[in-house]
Amino acid sequence: MPAEVRTSAFEPYEELRRYQERFLSGRGAAGATASFVGTMRDFNDGEPVRAMTLEHYPGMTERHLERIVAEAKQRWPILDALVLHRVGPLLPGDPIVLVAAWSAHRDAAFAACRYLIEELKSRAPFWKKEERASAARWVERNAPAEGYTVEAHG
Amino acid sequence: MAIQVKYFASLRERMGRAEDAVSPVHARTVAELWAHITGGKPLPANTLVAVNLEYADLDHPVKEGDEVAFFPPVTGG
Repeated sequence: MPAEVRTSAFEPYEELRRYQERFLSGRGAAGATASFVGTMRDFNDGEPVRAMTLEHYPGMTERHLERIVAEAKQRWPILDALVLHRVGPLLPGDPIVLVAAWSAHRDAAFAACRYLIEELKSRAPFWKKEERASAARWVERNAPAEGYTVEAHG
Repeated sequence: MAIQVKYFASLRERMGRAEDAVSPVHARTVAELWAHITGGKPLPANTLVAVNLEYADLDHPVKEGDEVAFFPPVTGG
C-alpha cells in the first residue's frame, strides 16, 4: 500500500495500470477499483493561473500519507490502495494527485477513495503557490468538501 | 543539541529563512520557542505546528533534539 511523493511528472492512468499489473494481477478478489485524479486548473478565484509550484515537508508528508492509507484500510475492507502526489513546478493540465482503492465491492472502494483524497487535502503537509497574471500567490486554504463527512461514508 | 526549527511555504517567505537552530534553554514549549525566535511577535493566524513530524499545540513541550515546524494551512491534492 504505497504512498509516495513524486518530484517529476507522472501519468496517473499508466501508474494505475502498472500498479495493478504488479500487485493485483491474478487477484480476482478485487471486484472494484475506485480512483481519483487531481489535475492543475488554469484558473482560480476567476483569475487565470499560468503555473504552480507545490511544496511539501519531507518526512512529515510521507508519514501522514502512509497513516491515511492505513486508516482507510482499517475502516473499510480494501485489498490495496495507492496514493501518489506530485511536488515541484507544474503547468495547467499536469496531474497533481492520484488516489485509488481496490476492494471486493464498490461501496468500500468508493468510500475509501473519497476518504483518501479528503484526508490528504485536510492533513497532508503540501502547499500550492500559484503564478497568476498579477503576481505569485500562496493558496490560503483548501475549500471543504460540501456535505462530505467520514461518518456519512463509512 | 539545539532544537531544529523549520518554516514552510508563505511562513518561510515571511521569515526570510527556512530553518533556525535554537538552544533549548530559551524555550520549554512551542509558544515560548516562537516568542524567542520572533522577539514576542504573535503567531500569524491559522499557523499550524508540528513537533517531530506530528501536529502539536502551542503548549506542547520542546526539548533538545526536537524538530519543530511552523506552517500555514495545507493546500495539497
